[in-house]
Amino acid sequence: MNYLMRRLATFPLVLLGVSILVFVAIRMVPGDSITAMLGTEAGLLTPAQRDSLAAYFGIDQPWFIQYWRWIGGILHGNLGISVTYGRPVLDVILERFPLTLELAVLSMIIALVVGMPAGIFAATHNEKLSDLGVRIVAMIGQSTPSFVLGLLIIYTLSAGFGVLPAMGEFAPLWQDPLRNLSQMILPAITLGFAFAASVTRISRSAMLDVLSDDYVRTARSKGASARSVIWRHALPNALIPVVTLSGIEFGYLLGGAVIVEQIYALPGLGRMVLDAIQQRDYALVQGSVLFIAFNFMIVNLLVDLAYVALDPRIRLGES
Amino acid sequence: MRILRAIFSHGSGRIGGVIVGVYLLIAILGMLGLTPHNPITQYRVDRLHAPNGAYWMGTDLFGRDVASRLMAGIGQSFTVAFFSVAFATLAGTVLGLAAAWLGRRWDGVVMRIMDVLLAFPAILLALLIVTVAGPGTWTSIVAIGIVYTPIFTRVVRGPALSLKAREFVDAARTFGSSSSYIVTRHLLLNLVAPLTVQVTLALAWSLLTEAGLSFLGLGTQPPAASLGLMLSDSRNLMETAPWLMIFPGLAIMISILGFNLLGDALRDILDPKMRRAPA
Repeated sequence: MNYLMRRLATFPLVLLGVSILVFVAIRMVPGDSITAMLGTEAGLLTPAQRDSLAAYFGIDQPWFIQYWRWIGGILHGNLGISVTYGRPVLDVILERFPLTLELAVLSMIIALVVGMPAGIFAATHNEKLSDLGVRIVAMIGQSTPSFVLGLLIIYTLSAGFGVLPAMGEFAPLWQDPLRNLSQMILPAITLGFAFAASVTRISRSAMLDVLSDDYVRTARSKGASARSVIWRHALPNALIPVVTLSGIEFGYLLGGAVIVEQIYALPGLGRMVLDAIQQRDYALVQGSVLFIAFNFMIVNLLVDLAYVALDPRIRLGES
Repeated sequence: MRILRAIFSHGSGRIGGVIVGVYLLIAILGMLGLTPHNPITQYRVDRLHAPNGAYWMGTDLFGRDVASRLMAGIGQSFTVAFFSVAFATLAGTVLGLAAAWLGRRWDGVVMRIMDVLLAFPAILLALLIVTVAGPGTWTSIVAIGIVYTPIFTRVVRGPALSLKAREFVDAARTFGSSSSYIVTRHLLLNLVAPLTVQVTLALAWSLLTEAGLSFLGLGTQPPAASLGLMLSDSRNLMETAPWLMIFPGLAIMISILGFNLLGDALRDILDPKMRRAPA
């Protein structure tokens, strides 16, 4: 409990750091957001119009006042107004987030469903030909960038089968689940492949470590069946590194998969941030980066708490 | 020499070592301009030529030789990867050693700053830095370097803290060794093994990040060649000219594979604790 409190207490500090960093960084980008928003038409604005627009978005003030207002707003649940969308930043983020969350969840499911059995299989067939096969595939999977795999999938589908991945208007899960899944499955496989490869490798090595432990040897010598040794004795302990890796990876995926979203034309968080940076949409970049960092920290905290659930010997916060 | 022999007697080390060696050679040739054709010359009559004797990997939309662009691109990617990892290693080692040696407030400040950097997804942080500084080779190097600095800081700080508490450090202090001598001699030298492994793996990530940035148009700028950019350009011509996608795609994949294999082998060789458990 104490540990949880102390971890939560560092949250505001890190978020404050993130907020300052992103606030300063986005203001160092050359050009201003009004010109970026209106393009060539910005030249038609009278100075008075430009000033009133700047005042509307709050970018007419010195930076420290802007920062102060922004932080004050956040504490009231107001992340500001996006210049490009003309709507509250939080609304824009929450509109994009379900897709990113769904993609992250689907990729993790693929990674765990494929990776864990493969890793356990390789560990229990250590140094056999099948183990080597799994390791080679996992190594290749881990070395394949998502954009290479994504393009290869699209190419194979279109050249080999004459079909293109379902793109077009994106269908949210709750409106048209079938169409949604048909749009999400390829991106999820693209992201899940390398993820599954990492899970395979880590579960294999964790399992091998555990299988050579004394307590497993004891269980075996007491006559426990091979199945019971693997599932009841070894697996729970081998899960800890798998949970760590999957948690961290999941946390990163919640930040949006910029490149995969780009390849499959998905309106997720990653592409939104990329566009926002290029449009100099200060409020949107700041808000979404803070949102992403916050999610990442929460996921990391949950991973730490999962350790305790998996291994009661671990007492967090004791050195 | 001993380490080289160890790498070559290790199964995946041998494959990784050969791959990395071949890429290094190609990268050097690419950087020196020793390519079959000039990578930016446009042979307009031979546009979108499939691979043949004159153009081993075909030509692109502008009639540029893909093989030559691939060589130049590998040179470019490796330059960015090596410099950015050198940056991250140097910055991370200095910060990690400082945090561990000076302790207390320094440790707190350095590690909290690293926490802030780690709370950003890698590619987003790199994107932000590149947008601020404008795309280009040096920006990519610094951006990727900054992104991976926290990882090196952590890799150095942990072991440095435990080394600091060991008897031989106390002994060195009693003999009157200076702080800088202890830090460089007793801490740094003992960290060479974990750092070597980390550097090799970081080279793989760095190649990946560089290709990603270029793919998004924020890395190497045209007409210069880069693997990510070539791949991104190939998207619209995928069906008519698949060689535009396949060669750069494989080139990126195999280079990352090489460093991953080498990194794994080095970890087995240098870190006995991580060695595979006996069957």
